[in-house]
Amino acid sequence: MFPSQFEYLAPTTLEEALSLLAEHAEDAKVLAGGQSLIPLMKLRFAAPAMIIDINGVPGLSHLQEDRRGRGYLRVGALVRNAALERSELLKSRYPTMAAAAPLISDPLVRNQGTLVGSLVHADPQGDWGSVLLALEGEVVAKSTSGERRIPATSFFDGPFTTVLRSDELAVEARVPAPGPRSFGTYLKLERKVGDFATVGVAVSVSTERGVVTRAGIGLTGVGPANIKAVDAEQALVGHRLTGKAIQQAAHLAAAASEPRSDVRGSADYKREVVRVYVARGLHQAFDAKAA
Amino acid sequence: MAVTDTSPGWLGKSIKRKEDDRFIAGRGNYIEDINLPAMLHMAILRSPYAHARINGIDASAASALPGVVAVVTGELLAQHKLAWMPTLSGDTQAVLATDKVRFQGQEVACVIAEDRYVAHDALELIEVDYEPLPAVVDPFAALDDGAPLIRDDKDGQTDNRIYHWEAGDAEATERAFAEADRVVTVNTHYPRSHPAPLECCGCVADVNPASSRATIYMTSQAPHAIRTVFALVAGLPEQNIQVISPDIGGGFGNKVPVYPGYVVATAASLLIGRPVKWIEDRTGNLISTGFARDFHMKGELALTNDGRMLGLRVKMLSDQGYAYADAQPSKLKAGLFHIVTGSYDMPAAHVITDGAYTNKAPGGVAYRCSFRVTEASFLIERLVQSAAYDLGIDPVELRRKNFIRSDQFPYTSATGFVYDSGDYEGALDLALEKARYSELRAEQAELRKEGKLIGIGIASMTEALGAGPSRDYDILGIKMFDSAELRVHPTGKAILKLGVRHQGQGHETTFAQIVAHELGIPPDDILVHEGDTDNTPYGLGTYASRSTPVAGAAAAMVARKLRDKSKKIAAHLLEVAEEDLEWEIGKFSVKGAPDRSKTIQEIAFAAYTDHPPGMEAGLEGAHYYDPPNLTFPFATYIVVVEVDAETGEWKPRQVVAVDDCGVRINPMIVEGQIMGGLTEGFAMSAMQQITFDEDGNCIGANFMDYLLPTAWETPHFDLYETCTPSPHHPIGCKGVGESATVGSPAAFVNAVVDAVAHLGVRDVDMPVTSGAVWEAIQAVKGTG
Repeated sequence: MFPSQFEYLAPTTLEEALSLLAEHAEDAKVLAGGQSLIPLMKLRFAAPAMIIDINGVPGLSHLQEDRRGRGYLRVGALVRNAALERSELLKSRYPTMAAAAPLISDPLVRNQGTLVGSLVHADPQGDWGSVLLALEGEVVAKSTSGERRIPATSFFDGPFTTVLRSDELAVEARVPAPGPRSFGTYLKLERKVGDFATVGVAVSVSTERGVVTRAGIGLTGVGPANIKAVDAEQALVGHRLTGKAIQQAAHLAAAASEPRSDVRGSADYKREVVRVYVARGLHQAFDAKAA
Repeated sequence: MAVTDTSPGWLGKSIKRKEDDRFIAGRGNYIEDINLPAMLHMAILRSPYAHARINGIDASAASALPGVVAVVTGELLAQHKLAWMPTLSGDTQAVLATDKVRFQGQEVACVIAEDRYVAHDALELIEVDYEPLPAVVDPFAALDDGAPLIRDDKDGQTDNRIYHWEAGDAEATERAFAEADRVVTVNTHYPRSHPAPLECCGCVADVNPASSRATIYMTSQAPHAIRTVFALVAGLPEQNIQVISPDIGGGFGNKVPVYPGYVVATAASLLIGRPVKWIEDRTGNLISTGFARDFHMKGELALTNDGRMLGLRVKMLSDQGYAYADAQPSKLKAGLFHIVTGSYDMPAAHVITDGAYTNKAPGGVAYRCSFRVTEASFLIERLVQSAAYDLGIDPVELRRKNFIRSDQFPYTSATGFVYDSGDYEGALDLALEKARYSELRAEQAELRKEGKLIGIGIASMTEALGAGPSRDYDILGIKMFDSAELRVHPTGKAILKLGVRHQGQGHETTFAQIVAHELGIPPDDILVHEGDTDNTPYGLGTYASRSTPVAGAAAAMVARKLRDKSKKIAAHLLEVAEEDLEWEIGKFSVKGAPDRSKTIQEIAFAAYTDHPPGMEAGLEGAHYYDPPNLTFPFATYIVVVEVDAETGEWKPRQVVAVDDCGVRINPMIVEGQIMGGLTEGFAMSAMQQITFDEDGNCIGANFMDYLLPTAWETPHFDLYETCTPSPHHPIGCKGVGESATVGSPAAFVNAVVDAVAHLGVRDVDMPVTSGAVWEAIQAVKGTG
């Protein structure tokens, strides 16, 4: 790899990292897993003057549930995808995330890459953004001037852009606990393991007495950013998960997608895959509920 | 599965590869491992445009960057008459662009610097004044009147046509079509793919200003031919050029041509007087070096209603990029594409081929392919399946009905090939049995009732390889023989030197086995040496499955020469007449007195210590082998796929391969070759292509866009064999390294089409993406 020249800094405390960011905000890029940043630097598509490597910062590797209130999952900025893939906590309580984790790129990338890094990179073909939108998660950002919690729904600002300020470090992602009688999955069409999604669909459904109380649907790779299919979600809430309801939601999700034709397939094709995958994901939810 | 061979000798033995210890231990010696004192580093500036005039290049800022030794431009090379170079097809190609750039990624300037980081930094400081021109991306449009002229540098070139070449008999073919009950047509594009070896290209050029000797370490599949080309291009005396191909991390045809990087590094070393290293990056490799395929083909098959093939008519347009740079025999403009009649007894055939310039990288090389047989095999096997559907005959029966029968060999095809041997029905029958074909058809019918789709695809491939008889095959006039030198040392150990150069094919093991089989010296006692032009006999190199058919034959023949001499020495040592001796592998003994014998090791020692009066000392020799014909391996591949009717997603459920490559020297290595070829066949059919947008921007210049399958996607392969020895090869071998790449893509595509054929789908172009399958289904829904 022959990137442009850059200065490399490796802070050992969060305070140090934040003050470096505050000082060098415009010139610096944060390095966590490096699975997007390093390829960009290799190709000289990105040429940051400074790299702030946070891998030595303590307190960013937590993957745990906070049980207060409805409860939520905390994913630290240095939690690798491989850890998410192996997590029993995700398998038992966060099925959409458990389904997505093993579909992130390939095993080598998963060993290094992080969920928070993927959110911050904001690739419209990134999988975690759709998952966070479906689950209504949030990103915790810190800077020398304080902390703010940014809902996923307002975090993404277009392809490869977020509302994160350049002096802010995303330290954690939070995902509300889905609660009992919840189901979810992530379905991904890819040309090969390690490819970006042609189409990815995150679904999450909570029910009470057979009626949907909350529905989340996130779409990957079919727009300038990850898409939350709000109309489809709302069409499900208050209804039973019947075949008809599922078909309607699937159509609305397809209508919410804004795919473009490219080597991965035509826009029509991708829209159809959204429809089929949303329906399949919801049918799986229905079957799981019935079981 | 390998059949354990318990016969005497060394053929058919799956001994472990001798070369692997050093590779596994990380102790190979690749180009990047070669570092010389005072060595400089080179990086290449590439064109962002597919077609643009160069109005000027300002390299002053780059030259001023500390650590930069020189910036080489086309203008500088032109002063030394090195701005252009010949291609292996007799065309010309720019070393560095002077007048225009003609494809995105073309080499425009090179920085020579003290280290690679500085070299890359300096590239960003070179300012090139480009004047963009309309890009010619479509080869059909390239031939339209008024299309922008790409090669305005060539005197007399007034359009974008490169060649027109025909094979077969037009009149006989017209008559066949006139008599036909039915004509079946397939229009298809075999997409532009790339060999994508894991090691990219590179070199270390070391021109010694004191001795004028040029030592060029380079990633070349054909070091001897390269040395001659360098001598002709650069005007250097050939004895002063030493080309050394060290360990090579895969070639697949990509490392046959001469690339600008090699030439500029050598010229820079010559001008600066220090060694210059160039290591290509992945994008450089994918965007600028020899691609493969990119044939637009229309095939028409004339048949009777009962399924007898009467004739084949093929029109092919080749998208060559901006230079005609195929590495292929000079007389054949589209390589061996005219083998397109395949495994069938085709009474008449006519093949019309044209080549067109486009604003794309030059090529195309034979990617794991004997000079364009891959495209030919794909076309005929797709045609046969389409014909079967149209006639309502099972694809198996249509093949069986038209195969060249075993008793017809040697068989002269309608386009002039003389097939040496074959038993196509034998391979097909074994494949059908192993795949349980009739059960599969029943299962397919049952599953369709449930809305589930499976498809069964067959390809019965025959290829022509092992170029070649020197009367027909040459590259730039150099005949396509190959050679072996064998020296047995006094202690009975040996060194075998060859003119070919392996890139992972296992020569260090298999060629030792050939000599072992002929002489009885164990393979572990034989060092196989290749790749250094000072220390190996002249040869044309390793590609097109020619090493075993040609160099392997040379190894057997030189071993036999030494055995003849050994017999004389044995007769002398045993004090008997030569006629009284008999040979069993490893020793001569006296007929009727088996106790009186001399081993090959004892004979070798005597060759240096006690040779007969009047005989030259030593035990060594050379053989240049000119094959009497090509060899014709064949195979039947059966692929079973599951297709998702809603999304078009598909995956292979079963792959059965029956290969017949004649005698197998090392079955394990052969099976490795077949598995690799099947994987590449799967890759091409399922996911690989290099495409271009309308401005000629290359989509496929990294491994995020140009896809290599991994163990995750690659299906399991069930391998079987039949054995029909080549009648003319000294040990009955045929080439095999490319069979599965050549034959299997049609089986994969046929399988997917078969799954949706009942809906009316007849064709899906490669790569058969899920989207392409879905679109094909929608298209017939619309018309149905």
